[in-house]
Amino acid sequence: MSYNNELYQQVILDHNRKPRNFHAIENASHSCHGINPLCGDDITVYLNVDEEAGKIDEVSFQGSGCAISKASTSMMTTFLKGKSVDEARQIKEEFHKMILGEMDPEKEEHHLGKLTLFMGIREYPSRTKCASLAWHTLVGALDKKFDGVSTE
Amino acid sequence: MSDTGVAGNVLDVEKIRKDFPILSQSVRGKPLIYLDNAATTHKPISVIERVRNFDAEKYGTVRRGTYKLSEHATQLYEEVRQKVADFMGAEKKGEIVFTSGTTQAINLVAHSFGKRFVNEGDEIVISNIEHHANIVPWQVLCEERGAKLKVIPVDDDGELVMEEYEKLLSPKTRMVAVNHVSNALGTINPIKEITQKAHAVGARVLIDGAQSTPHIKLDVRDIDCDFYTFSGHKMYGPSGIGGVYGKMEVWEEMPPYVTGGDMIMQVTLEKTTYAKPPARFEAGTPPITQVMGLGAAIDYLNEIGMDKIADYENSLLEYGTRLFKEIEGVRIIGNARSKASIISFFSDSAHPHDMVHFLDQDGIACRGGHHCAQPTMIRYGVPATTRASMAFYNKPEELDALAESVQKCIRIFS
Repeated sequence: MSYNNELYQQVILDHNRKPRNFHAIENASHSCHGINPLCGDDITVYLNVDEEAGKIDEVSFQGSGCAISKASTSMMTTFLKGKSVDEARQIKEEFHKMILGEMDPEKEEHHLGKLTLFMGIREYPSRTKCASLAWHTLVGALDKKFDGVSTE
Repeated sequence: MSDTGVAGNVLDVEKIRKDFPILSQSVRGKPLIYLDNAATTHKPISVIERVRNFDAEKYGTVRRGTYKLSEHATQLYEEVRQKVADFMGAEKKGEIVFTSGTTQAINLVAHSFGKRFVNEGDEIVISNIEHHANIVPWQVLCEERGAKLKVIPVDDDGELVMEEYEKLLSPKTRMVAVNHVSNALGTINPIKEITQKAHAVGARVLIDGAQSTPHIKLDVRDIDCDFYTFSGHKMYGPSGIGGVYGKMEVWEEMPPYVTGGDMIMQVTLEKTTYAKPPARFEAGTPPITQVMGLGAAIDYLNEIGMDKIADYENSLLEYGTRLFKEIEGVRIIGNARSKASIISFFSDSAHPHDMVHFLDQDGIACRGGHHCAQPTMIRYGVPATTRASMAFYNKPEELDALAESVQKCIRIFS
C-alpha cells in the first residue's frame, strides 16, 4: 500500500460532501456528544452494541464541523460496523498515535486499513483534534460518559 | 494603485513594509500574506531594536533601586507611561495602569471596581458582540456579587440596537462594558453616545480598546469613558504588555486587585496601607523591557500618524469588501456602516478551518474560528468565520490573492 501525506484527499472530500451513516439511532445502546472547543466541531456518535458478543452492530453520527472532523467521523462509522468493542478501542489508540506522528504506518504493524488516509494530519498539529474528535467521542460513548467529551 | 482605489497616496506601503523584517519571508514557497492583525500585529525594526538596546545597555529594575541603572530605567519606564497617556488623550500620566494586556486590564477593573461598587441586585451591561475577555470577567463578578448581567442586542448588520440599550439602563446599572471595535465583525461602536447614556443613569463605562487602539485616533477625554483598555501586541509592540486608562477620581476609590510588592504605602505584620494609583494596581516587578517596546511602537505609530493609518486602512477595507461581495458562495458577517479593517466571512461549502488550511497553502495567514466571541457566532448562526484583518502594511494586491485563494478553496469543496 502506498501512503500519501496530502491532507485533503479525494476520499476525505467525498466523505465531507456525503457523510455516511449521518443520522441518529433511536434508542441507541450508547451515545456521546463530543466538542472541539477550539474549532467549534460538534458531533454526537450513536452505537448499538451487542453486549453479549461485545460487538458493534450499528454506528452513526450527527453534527457539524470542518471537513476533516466530518470525514474522520464518517469513515470511522463505516470502518467500525461489525468490529468488536476491543478492536474499536485498539484502533482508536493506533489512530491517535498515527496522527500524532508517534506511529508510522509505513513501518509498524497496525489495523487502520484505509484510515491511514489521515496520516497527513501529523504535518499539521493544529488539526489533530479535528481528526481525533470522532474517536474520543466513540470512547466516551463506550465508557458511558453522559456529560459528553471535549478535546480540550 | 489608482485601479484598486486604495489610497496609496496616503502612505508609502512599500517603504513601510521594509520596516517589518518578518513580512519579507516566504511560507510554503509563497510570499507571506499576513492578514491576522486582529489577533496580533508584527513589529517594526524600531521596536525590535529599542527592546534589544534596552536589554543590552539600560536594563534595570524600576521604582526600587537607588543606583544609576535603576534610576534611569525608572525614568524611561515612566516616560512610556506619559507617552501612552498622550497617545490616548489622558489628562494625567498616572491615569495609565500597565497590565499584561486587555484581558488582565478588564479583570483588574471587574474585580476591583466590582468589589467596591457592585452589590446584590445591581446590574452590569455588556453587548452581544464582545470578546470573551469582556464577557467572562463580568459574568463571574455578577455570580459572585449577586448582580445581573444584561446584554445589548445587535442587528443583522452587526450594529448595536441603541434603543434597546437605553431600555437596559437604570439606576441599578453600575457598569457598561463594550468594545470600541468588535474583533469578530469589525463594527465600530458609538462609544461616545454609549458613555453619555450610561453616565446619565450614574453608571461607569469601560471600553475594550484592544482592536481600536491600533486603528483609530483616540481621545479618551472626548469619549469621556471611565476606563479604556489596550494590548501592546495588537499595536505593533511586544506581547505581555498593555494597560488601562482610568479616570483618576475612579482609580482613587478602588481597592487593589493583585497585592504584593510595590503597591504599598507601608506594611507592618498587622496592617498594610496602599500606594496611590497607578502603583496601587501594579504589584510586583512589571514587564520592564516590554514597556520599552510599547513606547517604541507608539513612537512608530505617531510618526506615521493615526489619521493616515485610519484613512489607508479604510480604503483597504472598502477595496476588500468590494472584492468579497463579488465572490459567489461567500457572505460577509458584519456589515455595519462604521467598520474597522476586518472582513469576517462564511461559505456554506468550505468550513472556516478547511478554508484557512487552503489559504495557508498559498502563504496567506488568516484566522478561522470563533475569534473568542462565541455569542457573536451564535447570533449570526455560524459555527465560525474566516477573518481577514488588515493593517497599514497590507497591500491591495494581497487582498486580490486572498480573494483568488478563497474562490479556489470553494471550488474544491463544492
